[in-house]
Amino acid sequence: MIIGLEIDGAGADPAAWRGAEVDPRALLTGELAVRAAQRAEAAGIDFVTFADALEAPEDVPDRVSVRLDALGLAARVAPVTERIGLLPTITVTHTEPFHVQASVATLDHISGGRAGWVVEVSTSGEAAAVIGRREPASAAETWREARYVVDVSRRLWDSWEDDAIIRDASTGRYVDRERLHYVDFSSPTFSVKGPSIVPRPPQGHPVTAVFVRTPEALEAARDAELVLLPDSDEVAAQLQALRTSGIAAEGSRSVPVIVVSLPVEAEEVGALVEEIGRWAAAGIDGVHLRPASLELDVPVIADQVLPELRARGLTGPADRGGSLRGRLGLGRPRNTFSGSAR
Amino acid sequence: MTKQLHLAAHFPGVNNTTVWSDPASGSQIEFSSFRKLAETAERGTFDFFFLAEGLRLREVKGKIHDLDVVGRPESLTVLSALAAVTTHLGLAATVNSTFNEPYELAKRLATLDHVSGGRAAWNVVTSWDAFTGENFRRGGYLDKADRYTRAQESLRIVRKLWDSWTGDELVLDQAAGTFAREGAGAFADDGPHFSIHGRFGLPPSPQGRPVIIQAGDSDEGREFAAASADVIFSRHGTFAAGQTFYKDVKSRLAKYGRSEDSLKIMPAVTVVVADTDAEAIEKAAYIREQQVSGPTALVLAELLWGRDLSAYDPDGPLPAEDPVVGSSVTQGRVGYNDPFPIVAEWRAQAEANGWSLRQTVINQQNRQTFVGSPTTVAEAVNRHVQENAADGFVLVPHLTPGGLDDFVDRVVPLLREYGVFRTEYSGTTLRDHLGLSR
Ligand SMILES: Cc1cc2nc3c(=O)[nH]c(=O)nc-3n(C[C@H](O)[C@H](O)[C@H](O)COP(=O)(O)O)c2cc1C
Repeated sequence: MIIGLEIDGAGADPAAWRGAEVDPRALLTGELAVRAAQRAEAAGIDFVTFADALEAPEDVPDRVSVRLDALGLAARVAPVTERIGLLPTITVTHTEPFHVQASVATLDHISGGRAGWVVEVSTSGEAAAVIGRREPASAAETWREARYVVDVSRRLWDSWEDDAIIRDASTGRYVDRERLHYVDFSSPTFSVKGPSIVPRPPQGHPVTAVFVRTPEALEAARDAELVLLPDSDEVAAQLQALRTSGIAAEGSRSVPVIVVSLPVEAEEVGALVEEIGRWAAAGIDGVHLRPASLELDVPVIADQVLPELRARGLTGPADRGGSLRGRLGLGRPRNTFSGSAR
Repeated sequence: MTKQLHLAAHFPGVNNTTVWSDPASGSQIEFSSFRKLAETAERGTFDFFFLAEGLRLREVKGKIHDLDVVGRPESLTVLSALAAVTTHLGLAATVNSTFNEPYELAKRLATLDHVSGGRAAWNVVTSWDAFTGENFRRGGYLDKADRYTRAQESLRIVRKLWDSWTGDELVLDQAAGTFAREGAGAFADDGPHFSIHGRFGLPPSPQGRPVIIQAGDSDEGREFAAASADVIFSRHGTFAAGQTFYKDVKSRLAKYGRSEDSLKIMPAVTVVVADTDAEAIEKAAYIREQQVSGPTALVLAELLWGRDLSAYDPDGPLPAEDPVVGSSVTQGRVGYNDPFPIVAEWRAQAEANGWSLRQTVINQQNRQTFVGSPTTVAEAVNRHVQENAADGFVLVPHLTPGGLDDFVDRVVPLLREYGVFRTEYSGTTLRDHLGLSR
């Protein structure tokens, strides 16, 4: 089983920040996230996701009403971890696709091939109002556009062939410009010329994930490589829909890796291990654990849940490294432009 | 009183300063290069580490320019990672105000400021052109005349967002269950470029708000800096040009109610250090030869002339034609507003010294600002600062990542001996290092 962990403030429980074990300032410095990621890595967890949204969290006095930018937080975590995958949530509805792909590619470079992103859309009036550029749109429209953003990102990651930097002192050329490509991408709502400013990331394509919270997101999840499904009665049907779709990115697996997202509280170790075993038997590839409290639950996940899963042969050794794609069993995608101009 | 000087390290990259062909030149992309240079700068107790930005690969005659370093990672992401492996060094990101939205800028920069404990800076650049715009939703719609109105408005709003938490709203009372007071971070703004409202989800960081850097050189650019910046990153590194620029910009501050020391002027400079002056001069000449190959000389001349000069021999005379203003022979670089006087100057110099085109380019551009023994360099650096040609410098090494080792190991100790540069950091935030109020 693939095991992921969600980092969302002090934890999924809105009251988690009030625990005596939590220093609420560590939420703002990123220390809470750093500690959770390091504990998760030491335990052999495969990836962490970083929650985010464009608009600020709800303005309720007894809740955590602040949030660091997920990409900045993931970057802050990258140099102090070595093996764990890092997937910030990025809302693509308002942000420029060119910036999005450059940032995710950069996260892949600085983490040595451990980057992914959780593609998110925004239909809220609040998000539209803080950016002020466009009116809010429906889930169907925003997800349709998100699929174009994913598409152009992959093309831009490919816009540099792997061996484009030649540093050929004899001809004075730093790059071979025949191995750099304009993407000339156009969609109903945006266009991008290319190439990217960032050389092709180590993984070729950082891992694209979609958290399925709506039926429209399920559509988009068909071209993701990692799908997070909420724990619900519909999982079996969704799994079926995704398994038969077969339209994953070229060169990657024909079907995405599918994990179920589970709330976790420290007291439930036995029940949780049983549940993970049941998901494994049901053909799910892994689980995405959403701890109620990072400070309380991550140590329990690390010290009790993972060793138990390992003992049952449900997950691999704690110290395995490699790229995020490697951990997820995804191949390195072929470059769509490779050799096209030569 | 002796002025204290400020120093910053520029990660060298996409321009012909970098001698990528040197065997000592490392990766321009891998994080280890950024980390190594940042660690050197921090060992030298520098004020900040600086990253430039380009949003489209440069072109010459419709083809991607391939002679210099091409490509780079995205600045804010790299700097957030550097926050993890440095403790005091300021972290400055060049980010364009034309192709970004104020709310996103405010959020990303504030995040860097929080995760670094108050060390973030934003170099506001305004490259607006249609060429760059082709990579963005907005396209290249912005008129040149509007670049600073949008920049000014962006910066005003970004500051408004950073200031939207005014003081004691962050309560963090676990027992009472009050994280923050309701209504914290509320903002609304309605200007010609942006009409936005909502709530900003980050309280002020330890330095209050990130430091603002400006690098434009036009009259509007200087006004923008005088009104709003904490630091100017200028291209006037020579003594006389530095003094003229310094006086010009500092004299603009009074009308904005600002004191002269509230804006630090830090020109981009290169440094060549060797055991003796003679050795350094020789080394500098060698570096310049490496920086300006024949083909590079032609490209740099094409930028000035605005013409295809591929028929010319770089080792022959200067082109006879007049320059063309506003040409697109080379794209993605800052061009010359008025090339005529510069061409005239190049011709005069070539004539007087018997220089070829390439020799002229070498002598007219990429001139190393400080060349000499450690003592010569330290004295010159200090003189520029004491005599108001600068408040400090942004050092642009020609090698990655080891290009600042000589300066940090051999020149910085002398500056410390003179009592003009810190021996250790006295504060933790970038504002502390720059002596700027919170
Ligand atoms: C020393 C220096 C460094 C600069 N670095 C950048 C850069 O990294 N990225 C960029 O887009 N523009 C850069 N610029 C360009 C300016 O910031 C500015 O956008 C441009 O010069 C147009 O403004 P102006 O007409 O006021 O000069 C730089 C300018 C100077 C003087």
